[in-house]
Amino acid sequence: MKSGAQILIEGLKEQGVDVIFGYPGGVVLPIYDELYDADIRHILVRHEQAAIHAADGYARATGKVGVCLATSGPGACNLVTGLATAYMDSIPVVALTGQVPTGLLGNDAFQESDITGITMPVTKHNFLVQDVKDLKRIIREAFYIANTGRKGPVLIDIPKDVSTTKIPDEDGPDQQIKLRGYKPTYQGHGKQIQKAVELIEAAKRPIIYAGGGVISSEASKELVEFAERTCMPVTTTLMGLGCIPADHPLNLGMLGMHGTEYANYAITESDLLFSIGVRFDDRVTGNLATFAPNAKIIHMDIDPAEIGKNKPVDIPIVGDAKNILTDLLKRIPATCSHPEWSEKVQNWKKNHPLRFKEDGKLRPQYVIRRLAETLGDKGVIVSEVGQNQMWTAQYYPFSHPRQWITSGGLGTMGFGFPAAMGAQVAVPDQPVFVIAGDGSFQMNIQELGTIAQYQIPVKIVILNNQFLGMVRQWQELFYERRYSYTELPEVQFEHIAKAYGIEAETVRSIPDIDSAFKRALNCNGPYLLDIRVEREENVFPMVPAGAAISEMIVGQHTEHEEE
Amino acid sequence: MNRHIFSVLVEDSPGVLSRVTGLFSRRGFNIESLAVGTCEQPDTSRITIVVSGNDVQIEQVKKQLNKLIEVIKVLDITDLEHVERELALIKVKAEPGEVRSAIMQVAGIFRAKIIDVGTDSLMIEVTGDSSKIAAIEDLMSPYGIIEMVRTGKIALQRGAGTACSGR
Ligand SMILES: Cc1ncc(C[n+]2csc(CCOP(=O)(O)OP(=O)(O)O)c2C)c(N)n1
Repeated sequence: MKSGAQILIEGLKEQGVDVIFGYPGGVVLPIYDELYDADIRHILVRHEQAAIHAADGYARATGKVGVCLATSGPGACNLVTGLATAYMDSIPVVALTGQVPTGLLGNDAFQESDITGITMPVTKHNFLVQDVKDLKRIIREAFYIANTGRKGPVLIDIPKDVSTTKIPDEDGPDQQIKLRGYKPTYQGHGKQIQKAVELIEAAKRPIIYAGGGVISSEASKELVEFAERTCMPVTTTLMGLGCIPADHPLNLGMLGMHGTEYANYAITESDLLFSIGVRFDDRVTGNLATFAPNAKIIHMDIDPAEIGKNKPVDIPIVGDAKNILTDLLKRIPATCSHPEWSEKVQNWKKNHPLRFKEDGKLRPQYVIRRLAETLGDKGVIVSEVGQNQMWTAQYYPFSHPRQWITSGGLGTMGFGFPAAMGAQVAVPDQPVFVIAGDGSFQMNIQELGTIAQYQIPVKIVILNNQFLGMVRQWQELFYERRYSYTELPEVQFEHIAKAYGIEAETVRSIPDIDSAFKRALNCNGPYLLDIRVEREENVFPMVPAGAAISEMIVGQHTEHEEE
Repeated sequence: MNRHIFSVLVEDSPGVLSRVTGLFSRRGFNIESLAVGTCEQPDTSRITIVVSGNDVQIEQVKKQLNKLIEVIKVLDITDLEHVERELALIKVKAEPGEVRSAIMQVAGIFRAKIIDVGTDSLMIEVTGDSSKIAAIEDLMSPYGIIEMVRTGKIALQRGAGTACSGR
């Protein structure tokens, strides 16, 4: 005989789960009791939101499913933001929640919440286990759904009596995955691929627009080979950074609202947009009518619902990016037939580089550049949300997939630090840095307790501008500098870290940066750097919301200009 | 804006209806009519949904429905040969006497059934397409409709084709 809690733990082990981020409570006590001697590592976070962000960071760093566990009611509700974050970025996560006993369901029992109802719009799927006999099958289905097709978070809600009820130990036929309505398409349609080949061969100004789908299908090698073979420049979304090395001559960096000038110009003038694993998000496209206005569009995606959702497409290809690119590579001969276009793109790149003012003041862009020089291509860089995120995206030269972790679709402040914790647990041998704003960091600052307790050696870099910087920037540019509630008082993060037993220092000037990074890197445990940067620095270029992406504000802070 | 009728085969499991309706409200698709019930296959229900939209919206509805794990098959039967029916129960004021016999006559013409007789009311059951139900509703309203309920549209493709065979 086995209890539901035992079946759960065995099911998790069958799925290869080695770590769970969680927080206990009454109705998950039977599960915690089983965890006590299970050989699965459990990390006790300080807030359930951090548990799911950590599971998400773990998943982004490895491609494996991240797992978190919370109790019913308040615990479960604290997962919602994290589920929505993972859902928007298509990250495979399985969230386990406790629930009141089945007999009390629907009675407004103590700590009851209808978490399957609450999370329906922010999960790929969710389950309420009503009979312990279904538990084993549901675990298998949950992991399968989370990590196949378009990946995403799945929640399993487990009433307390399901955890405690014992049933005979057998693996009957009804424990197998049975999902009649779920059949993701992995192979691209041959005819469509052939049509794409014809368009690619006919194009004079083609460009690749690559996104997170390339990372999740592990298609970056194929992407680079394809770009080289066809001499197509590549621009990536925020989520796609790292799918082509930053220093690759064909790489144009990020496009969109804070994209590079050259990427946005190239998109606007292109005659063929080859889109891979992207979703034409409004932060990328700006005004849709002026996005790649003269281009034919090929769109490949594993989720058919993304194709044509925002912009009509000439050639849709549904399937897995790696499979389709592999197929394409077989059909595309080596051709480099648009030298004029290549030259034009290279000229834009040369004449409109990303730039910031280098006048001896401590600016965030500089900090990021120095961090990159310190780390080389080692390590994982996680960001919070806001200016810190955009500067990192712009200035950090990502060289490979999964080196960069950020909340793209939802833009969740408070994501970065716990996600970095999850990533560090996933890749213990690599340095993991989180680049944070002082605002975002304070959204899950309590996790200092977790990294201290488990000595998770995350390095925290706070670009401290004592503002909700990105919002302040909008107020500066579009609301006549009326800084309504975006100023934050000075906080001595160094003292807070030390109170948790974490080594920390405050950095105030350029000459101290490199040595501070070295000390952080050489420290075996976690380390916090509170870096006091220029307070009113802005992220440029910037496309005002709703404008054409070719209409960028390029900013005043160039090195050539005097103030 | 075109009206589309979807015949959607789903797993007969708790919560599936709220997944489907939640999807519609969340994405701003307006449901005009919805009817659900079990069907010929075990553990399966069929939902008939009528929704209006332009081609892009309708395509999105279909794709988003297909993404739901518990949705087995989505068939847009609008342009296929099909039969549509709706059922309505109409409770109408009917004093015994001339009025009552007039109402019963109209019901007879519509092949509607009188299924309940009260001291001064009648309940009429009528099936048909929406226009037939609208017509009888029009004719009854001068007498005073006390209460009325409609099932929402159900529809099936004509001939041997099914939502599962897709033909
Ligand atoms: C949970 C949450 N609340 C609010 C916002 C809106 N928002 C976006 S950026 C930003 C400011 C971020 O400030 P900070 O973390 O200090 O970073 P900075 O922009 O200064 O680098 C805010 C409030 C958000 N993205 N997430």
